[in-house]
Amino acid sequence: MMIGFYAMIGKNNLVKKLIGMNIFQTSIILFFISTGSKKGATIPIVADGHGVVHRTIEAIQYMNPLPHVLMLTAIVVMVSTFGVALALLLMIYRRYQTLEEDEILALRRK
Amino acid sequence: MTASPFPILIIVVPLISAFLIILLGWLKKNLCYPFMVAALAVSALSSLAILQEVIHHGILHYHLGNWDPPWGIEYVIDPLNAFVLVIVSVISLLIAIASKKMVEREFPHKVVFFYCLFLLQVTGLLGIVVTGDVFNLYVFLEIASLAGYALIAIGEDGAPFASFNYMIYGTIGACFYLLSVGYLYIVTGSLNMADLSRLLPDLYSSKVVLMAFAFFVVGVAIKMALFPLHVWLPDAYTYAPSSVTSLVAPLTTKVGAYVLIRIMYTVFEPNFSKVAIPAATILSWVAFFAILFGCILALGQKDLKRMLVYVLIAEVGYIALGVGLGNRNGLTGAILHIMNDALMMACLFLIVGAITYKGWPRQIDRFIGLHKKMPVTMAAFVISALSVIGIPPACGFFSKWYLVLGAIDAKQWLFVAVLLVSSLLNAILFFRVIERAYFEPGANERNVQPVKNKAKFIWDEAPLSMLIPTVLLAAGILSVGLLSGTIISEVIQFALPASF
Amino acid sequence: MIAAFEDVIIQTICRILIPFIQLYGLYVIAHGHYSPGGGFQGGVILGASFILLCLSYDIQEMKKRLSQQANIIFFSVGLIIYSGIGVLCLLLGGKYLDYSWLHHILPVDPVEARSMGIFGIEVGVGITVMAVMISIFLDLASEEKQRGS
Repeated sequence: MMIGFYAMIGKNNLVKKLIGMNIFQTSIILFFISTGSKKGATIPIVADGHGVVHRTIEAIQYMNPLPHVLMLTAIVVMVSTFGVALALLLMIYRRYQTLEEDEILALRRK
Repeated sequence: MTASPFPILIIVVPLISAFLIILLGWLKKNLCYPFMVAALAVSALSSLAILQEVIHHGILHYHLGNWDPPWGIEYVIDPLNAFVLVIVSVISLLIAIASKKMVEREFPHKVVFFYCLFLLQVTGLLGIVVTGDVFNLYVFLEIASLAGYALIAIGEDGAPFASFNYMIYGTIGACFYLLSVGYLYIVTGSLNMADLSRLLPDLYSSKVVLMAFAFFVVGVAIKMALFPLHVWLPDAYTYAPSSVTSLVAPLTTKVGAYVLIRIMYTVFEPNFSKVAIPAATILSWVAFFAILFGCILALGQKDLKRMLVYVLIAEVGYIALGVGLGNRNGLTGAILHIMNDALMMACLFLIVGAITYKGWPRQIDRFIGLHKKMPVTMAAFVISALSVIGIPPACGFFSKWYLVLGAIDAKQWLFVAVLLVSSLLNAILFFRVIERAYFEPGANERNVQPVKNKAKFIWDEAPLSMLIPTVLLAAGILSVGLLSGTIISEVIQFALPASF
Repeated sequence: MIAAFEDVIIQTICRILIPFIQLYGLYVIAHGHYSPGGGFQGGVILGASFILLCLSYDIQEMKKRLSQQANIIFFSVGLIIYSGIGVLCLLLGGKYLDYSWLHHILPVDPVEARSMGIFGIEVGVGITVMAVMISIFLDLASEEKQRGS
């Protein structure tokens, strides 16, 4: 998380900032998913669950599936942000012929 | 639990229309604009119906998919929600009506995609306000932000770079928000706001909850452009096209302020911010610097749009000051100021759009003779300027009055001083523009003999589709100011937390 | 940026693999109920199969099979399926996305209707995600052919 955060702020190249953003978001997603795991728990899928099944399920044996589902949404958000960011980088490159932030700022100041 | 469909209609109609507009644009382009205006009109009417119901029947609940909370997502509408919903939907409707001519002039071959993104942005903003589930708020926050990044990037020369900067900042803010939602989920196991407010008070001494609160406030402050975290705002809003700035500038920051009020006073109890950690005090001091900083930096701007953007930063400071003061008058002032500031900023940025559409440059020095060419627009500018400065009967006066009362109640004389000083600075800013536009004699008037048949009307006003929303917004500023008492006693009074 | 790269091995293998990838994508969409999978994941796999076609052959090959217009139509149709099912539930008298009211239309009981409803949503989401992935790739890959667009 901190690597991504540092890259977003500290690096000069815009693509490196973007990669930092990706690392930052991915780490948050991993953090969330890790909170759903328990010691000795199995994956949250009911085996032989097809058809009408009357069976009590001990919730404590299964991992928490809710963070997984929430993170699906977060992954979609991450991918779409990445797509928009790449489109923006293309526009910037076509305009300034460079992707280094200090060079762009120098060109803008002129 | 009522069976009213309005809470879901207000989200679903713009959302589906956003995608139907793409299909419609492929079939027949001229229908896109009426379709968009119709969709936003449905939203605006639904929001008024919701406000009506909330005033008469109390809090509205709408369970999505018929799952009871906390298993399912629910939309909760209480007076604060309904109030902000009306503001967002009505202003977006007026801006949508006014945006047609500006969009056709600036990027004629991308009109359909602009309307689609516009509707998505409005959907996201409305969704943030309506929802009662913290993770659903994150989803709508990202919808609104992504549409915003894309809309801002189609502006003038520096726009893609400014939008990229905005994207980096905005993603940090949203990720902080997501982290805090995660922390709260770990300790309570629930994502519903009402449920969280019930479960959290036992856990206030836990470090995780403290971290969650800190991440919440910082993330929302980035989205709201509060003082040290406002750096993305000036460039992004100045280089964006005028129609986009008139939409996002009044609304995005105000919805961010609404989220702050929700977090601090509904999810976490008010005494958490005052007693457990001095968050309210820190917030009010940060807002103090925001107001000073915004007004002083606005003095040095030569470009009207950039000056208005710095005034916007100061206005966000007012709202944050009201939230941070933590007493009845202060919060009333903050909530009233959400509405007033949205109206004022929408009117002002629409005026800038009209001026640019007519070909005038945006430098204040070159506004000479503007009042002869565009008198109605400049009259609306004067009304909005009076509201920003805080002169009755314009609405800005009433919200500042409550903020000053709140500062006096909290015995913070420095805040009273900064509110009055900022009014003075705003007066300097706006009178500079008004003087240029109204009183400075034109270059061709200085040494000219009066001509007998001088044309009386040399009006070159903005087109009607832009003029009518401007006039409506200016009339709204005046009438909302006169009706402030009614608004406070009917709506805002019930929006304050019970312990105030 | 993506020029035609004539390599027999890559082209042959991709030509054989792509239908299986698409079949796997459909499998992932359909099995979202009972195993890991669902709309978004299957949609990404379907989109990736088209991008593989583009990478191994040429953009023109992909545009022959899925033109820009067809992409936009896929995108809108997927979204209309998704929102349409939600609004259909609203019109039938229930809440938004309350699939149990679909039993008025489909000949199943309300509990079964919830299962059918979510499957319809997954299909809509999968189609949309596929179209979006392909369109993002097309926009980024064909930039140098469109100057000043």
